[in-house]
Amino acid sequence: MVAPRRKKDQPWLMRTYSGHSSARASNALYRTNLAKGQTGLSVAFDLPTQTGYDADSPLARGEVGKVGVPISSIADMDQLFDQIPLDQMNTSMTINATAAWLLSLYIGLAQRRGIDPKTLSGTTQNDIIKEYLSRGTYIYPPGPSMRLIADTINYTVKNVPKWNPTNVCSYHLQEAGATPVQELAYALCTAMAVLDRVKASGEIPPDEFPQVVERISFFVNAGIRFIEECCKLRAFGEMWDELTLTRYQVQDAKLRRFRYGVQVNSLGLTEAQPENNVQRIVLEMLAVALSKRARARAIQLPAWNEAMGLPRPWDQQWALRIQQVMAFETDLLEYEDIFDGSPVIAAKVGELIAGARREIENVEAQGGIIAAIESGYIKRELVGSHMSRLRAIEAGELKIIGVNCFHETAESPLTAGSDGAIMKSDPAAERQQIERLQEHRRQRSDADVRAALQGLADAAKSGDNIMPNSIRCALAGVTTGEWGDSLRAVFGEFRPPTGVDIAIDSREVLGRKDQVTDLRERVARTGNALGRPLKLLVGKPGLDGHSNGAEQVAVKARDVGFEVVYDGIRLTPQQIAQAAQEEGVHVVGLSILSGSHMELVGSVLQELRARDLAGLPVVAGGIIPPADAERLLALGVRAIYTPKDFNLNAIMGDIVDVVRETNGLERLGGLS
Amino acid sequence: MTNLVLPDPERLAARIQGGERAAVASGLNLLDNRLPAARSHAVRLLACLSGERSLSAGHLIGVTGPPGAGKSSLVSAMIREWRLAGRTVGVLAVDPSSRPELGGGALLGDRIRIKSVGQDEGLFIRSLANRNQLGGVASEVWPMSWLLLACFDVVVIETVGVGQTEIDIAEIGDTVCYVAQPASGDTIQYLKSGIIEIPDIFAVNKADLGAAARKTASEIGRSAPRQDRREGWDYPVCLLSATMQTGIKEFHAHFDRHRRFLVAAGLLERQRSQHQSGWVLRLLKEEFGTFGLGLLGGRTTIEERLGACRSSQFEEYERMREHILSRLLSVNQPTLSP
Repeated sequence: MVAPRRKKDQPWLMRTYSGHSSARASNALYRTNLAKGQTGLSVAFDLPTQTGYDADSPLARGEVGKVGVPISSIADMDQLFDQIPLDQMNTSMTINATAAWLLSLYIGLAQRRGIDPKTLSGTTQNDIIKEYLSRGTYIYPPGPSMRLIADTINYTVKNVPKWNPTNVCSYHLQEAGATPVQELAYALCTAMAVLDRVKASGEIPPDEFPQVVERISFFVNAGIRFIEECCKLRAFGEMWDELTLTRYQVQDAKLRRFRYGVQVNSLGLTEAQPENNVQRIVLEMLAVALSKRARARAIQLPAWNEAMGLPRPWDQQWALRIQQVMAFETDLLEYEDIFDGSPVIAAKVGELIAGARREIENVEAQGGIIAAIESGYIKRELVGSHMSRLRAIEAGELKIIGVNCFHETAESPLTAGSDGAIMKSDPAAERQQIERLQEHRRQRSDADVRAALQGLADAAKSGDNIMPNSIRCALAGVTTGEWGDSLRAVFGEFRPPTGVDIAIDSREVLGRKDQVTDLRERVARTGNALGRPLKLLVGKPGLDGHSNGAEQVAVKARDVGFEVVYDGIRLTPQQIAQAAQEEGVHVVGLSILSGSHMELVGSVLQELRARDLAGLPVVAGGIIPPADAERLLALGVRAIYTPKDFNLNAIMGDIVDVVRETNGLERLGGLS
Repeated sequence: MTNLVLPDPERLAARIQGGERAAVASGLNLLDNRLPAARSHAVRLLACLSGERSLSAGHLIGVTGPPGAGKSSLVSAMIREWRLAGRTVGVLAVDPSSRPELGGGALLGDRIRIKSVGQDEGLFIRSLANRNQLGGVASEVWPMSWLLLACFDVVVIETVGVGQTEIDIAEIGDTVCYVAQPASGDTIQYLKSGIIEIPDIFAVNKADLGAAARKTASEIGRSAPRQDRREGWDYPVCLLSATMQTGIKEFHAHFDRHRRFLVAAGLLERQRSQHQSGWVLRLLKEEFGTFGLGLLGGRTTIEERLGACRSSQFEEYERMREHILSRLLSVNQPTLSP
């Protein structure tokens, strides 16, 4: 039977979040995906690009091309969009702290190709607020970060009018544990902070401000509770409509529409029985597709094997085909909103709105979203929600098929292949990118680069919009690291509240009490023998942001009497050696989970030697295979601790002995 | 015994004055060391670093305020201004130690909060625990700041203010700045305690909070009368936001202005000389007690003697110390003689 043909709505933009190894490899992948019917691009950048470092920066070691494509300059951008017409493409870039820069490279590239920037369409994620809460790729403090967001908005509204300069993200809040109410509240608070900042900049005349409001878009998440999620999106629409009318006096209803893109939930995807992720993804997509009034403008779906590693082209194709089946085979796009008039839906939407309003008032009373982030309030709320979710999974109240129930499974033919059903990024990518970057630096005019960077620094200091000078930098061949560094020099770098700040009040000491007493005595005795209290430096070299282990060690060492300098994440080996020297510590502890321990620990030892601190003992902890541990000990590392060394008391006793031995005192041995 | 090797004070002093970072670090380690041999080396090091220049060069700044007022981010913003102006900065960041019965350890987290641009050879940060010493400022802070002053243009001491600290910090710094936390009880307590007489510059951070910050600023502004208000200084109260980076430039300008005021009023050298005397007294008392001070003719006499040789107080300290030791030995002499 053939269904009667009806007029269909336009489908959403279909994208796949992708990018890896190099601009060339990613370009090939993009063109294959477009040929398969994908209608937009979604670029994933690697960590150095996201945090404003060049591929040859000491901090970038081991990270180039790993989680996305490395873009060091306009030459890479050109290669990434080789044979892709910019004026016909809709490009979404998951980029935040360096969003102004990547957008400048994109605009610069268009100019170089003779394309009018007014024809460009796409999105920069550019929500730096949520980076402080969950994603971790912040660079600058909140003030300058808000200013960068405002600059890109002010610039694009005038010069690239089809661009979505910022995508306020509730996506990552959900990944960090947020409930639907928290997602609504914190995302809307962020949008208000952004709009208030743009308004305060005074660059846009009041009568044109509604155009700014219209350009604010959102990036949301959709979880498996798809009815509630659908209601959440209807709630978003209603609240945004009201807020833009009352707070920003936008009279034209069209300019008040809640426009959003979506990537469905990755948090709920499982490594166990991974094929089940396909139906999870389909159901989650229903949440953002079913209700016409609350339908996504752009959708990207994760691949079924995302929890296992990097998806292969075939996995990405499967994700795209899900969207195409939904849009082109089903009758979804033939109807008006199917939920209008449903009292059940209306009640749920009303409940979410009421909860979100209360939480917005709560945040506003604390001085707004920035103040609530700085005080640690929002982080605590999110951690609280996340913990209750984990407890519910443990207790079996929240069922996850294949994880806490229905474990039985036949062997899966999907994961049986020799590639482990995932793609490996190109191990030569880092070296090749560094060579390419260095070649690029030789090709360009140093005078142009210096002048452009000076202009950028001047604009940053004076408060002028950063974008014109940033585009000039792009055209002059400035690199990502140079752009990041010149703004670091003016804005400074942000260090958010760490777990250490939260733990500082803990009076609960972990471990056996008699051992703790013994340890305290050992630490004090050793300090007395050396003339001053034992001082330990704890630091994390590299771009990996997982700081829980380092924080635990720092707090434990404090509890047994060490004076602990906690130097935090994202440090270069040079910075660690410098801190060790300035602080006059007795021992250095490094924590590395990203797998780049060989390069990083070796560099720290080298930097210490360069500062005449060859005798300063270094210990390291992390996921370090036995063979690597042997090699590190041979390099001069005094002790290696791995996840099997879960007894922190024993580690502390050992560190005291390392210090004693270094200073000519006898070892005290294991704890009783 | 340990294999600890103490550096030669004279050579170390020359390297410190030459701005060598490794020497600065090892000098600070020496000043921090409580072994008897290290103590005498430390005094010799301080004597080498003293002289007329040490009474007039550089700017020693104390920053204090309640926990959570945002001192570190403010210090970080100030450092950026000084560095942009090409001035070098040394920082002593003091954090509280846990109570002795809880192990007496400390988490020194200021470094991570203060540090701005990664690699900067013109910035040196040493974190320090207060080690539960009375007044909240470790006795090592004064000599350490004296050392840093020998090789950095600006030296900042950051401490958590809990009342007594402000008095201690005023006995160290040329200029004292109090950072207030808007909308918290601390500031009200602070105003009541009378310690408001101490700071020269007030900062009300987190001005982005709006009304609450303005209210706190006006409370501080109204808190006169001051007992020992200095003629010619206006005790500015600044509204600013370290995180949003507003009001920093205006605030920052007050520090240079206050230093110019101190120089013009002849106060800079006088204060520094007094602070030095205070530390010598503290050392003598630590080693010999009130009895030892009595052997030198009492506190006032000692202060006069130190005041008479302002640029060589450490040599004078050595003389006084030897005098006490010889007196103590002579007291014991009869029983020792045949």
